[in-house]
Amino acid sequence: MIEEYLKYRPLLDDTGIMIGLEIHVQLNKLNTKIFCGCGLDYHNDPPNTHTCPVCLGLPGSLPVINRKAVEYSIKLGLALNCSIQEHTQFYRKNYYYPDLPKGFQITQYDFPLASNGYINIEGENGEVRIRINRAHMEEDPGRLVHEGGNIEHSKHTMIDYNRSGVALLEIVTEPDLRSPKEARRFLDKLRSIIEYLDVCNTSLEGATRVDANISLAGGSRSEIKNISSHKGAERALLFEVVRQKNLLRRGGKVVLETRHFNEEMGITVSLRTKEEEHDYRYFPEADLVPIKVADWAPGIAKTLPELPDAKRERFVSQYGISDDHAKSLTSEKRLAEFYEEVAAHVNPKMAAVWTADVLKGELNYRDIGITAFKSEDMVKLLKLVADDKITDSSGNQIIRTVLDEGGSPDSIVESEGLLKAGGDIIGTAVDEAINENPQAVTDYQNGKQEAVNFLIGQVMKKTRGRSDAKAVREMIIEKFKGIM
Amino acid sequence: MITTKEVEHISWLARLKVNEEQLEGYAQQLNSILDYFAQLDEVETKDVEPTYHVIDVNNVFRDDVITPSLSQDEAIGNAPKKQDGCFKAPRII
Repeated sequence: MIEEYLKYRPLLDDTGIMIGLEIHVQLNKLNTKIFCGCGLDYHNDPPNTHTCPVCLGLPGSLPVINRKAVEYSIKLGLALNCSIQEHTQFYRKNYYYPDLPKGFQITQYDFPLASNGYINIEGENGEVRIRINRAHMEEDPGRLVHEGGNIEHSKHTMIDYNRSGVALLEIVTEPDLRSPKEARRFLDKLRSIIEYLDVCNTSLEGATRVDANISLAGGSRSEIKNISSHKGAERALLFEVVRQKNLLRRGGKVVLETRHFNEEMGITVSLRTKEEEHDYRYFPEADLVPIKVADWAPGIAKTLPELPDAKRERFVSQYGISDDHAKSLTSEKRLAEFYEEVAAHVNPKMAAVWTADVLKGELNYRDIGITAFKSEDMVKLLKLVADDKITDSSGNQIIRTVLDEGGSPDSIVESEGLLKAGGDIIGTAVDEAINENPQAVTDYQNGKQEAVNFLIGQVMKKTRGRSDAKAVREMIIEKFKGIM
Repeated sequence: MITTKEVEHISWLARLKVNEEQLEGYAQQLNSILDYFAQLDEVETKDVEPTYHVIDVNNVFRDDVITPSLSQDEAIGNAPKKQDGCFKAPRII
């Protein structure tokens, strides 16, 4: 494993930064929790309405594993190129905290379900491989709500156990990431894979949660908890790089510790925990028998959908689009589907430019998803452009109008009068522009090429943007030839 | 050897209050329990498969089907302190 990995990059480069991530993925596309039949559709319900003796940790209750949770975990493990272990089992991780009603969390320890995988991400100089140490199953703790919404000022902690017992897959990477930016790219890539697999709705609150370990050459590592977004991960790690660098530069020591990320202030704060790994007193969960499901893997592997990397390669070869476009279009499952729906009806290269460059830009600007725009509308719009009925800039305008005000491309073309102006209308506008701006003509005669651009602008104004700039330029230059 | 310092740490992990006089006594008792179990070390286990579970059964699962949950009143009914449908605990950091 390590030999293969070393072909991709050195263990420590000159930045000296080593980052490893632990990502908790909620398998929230299941119907029920991991060890009991309580439903997962609790997000809009009052607290403590989706609980039972098992997930409340009441005496005498017994957990039974959700078969589908194991299947989903294998699916995700395989997508991360992990091998599924022959023998796997659960342990009790003991600690007292009110989010755990039993006083322990049922999790895995030395026999994780999946291990030794990797995913490839875009590094600073091309593709790099990030190793996955393991992916193991566990139960989600309950949710703590602090009185007044603030952990520092509340007198009490309120506990909602609706989340208690939701199936989690904890994915642990090797410390292979070399910058906060890489960490973010890894998280984006992982999210994209999870969405393709349809095991987790990542848009639900708390669907994925990240802890990060970071160390610099010459120092010990710190673990950052409470990171809730990919952007947050990058910011928290950037803060840590600076903090640790400054500490080392001043001759200080980076101590092994857990730090809490304060998202609002963008800083990490030391959490003085007295518990260490051995304090968790892991021991086998005797209420659950071992799991031997390695033989499920081949069957589940056959059900895996085409994953982002494979789709990206296919887009390049099938549609003849650039790798950058293919990468952008496959970053989200729904976006890739959208593109293929559009590319089936119009020139695929044109569809790629308009979807990846234009539409995606407008969506990102508004911070909304691809579902805000229908693929049929994109097809209609691109046909209008391809048939030379509207200009590119009108096409852009239509996209913005659909997103901001709704409507269909056809109705917007109609109501905004966007059909390209006919040749005679443009001709008239060109004549007018030249007659009204004798100075521009003189400038041109004196060698100022920019005068043409000025006149094009005037023509555009007169035709309200419905003229093709290239055609207008040619007409103006033709006219100038006649005058000179 | 379990020291009184370790007993103190273990009692903190278990969130139990143990006073000074008790520490010594518990340390002695824990040591004698560990000594007793140490007899197991005499058994040769080099070629013995670990017993992962006392019954020889694997793969017990249930289907992913929703079963009724408790009502909120039932769920928090026995809690010593509650508020707004939640269990209420002292502030924890």
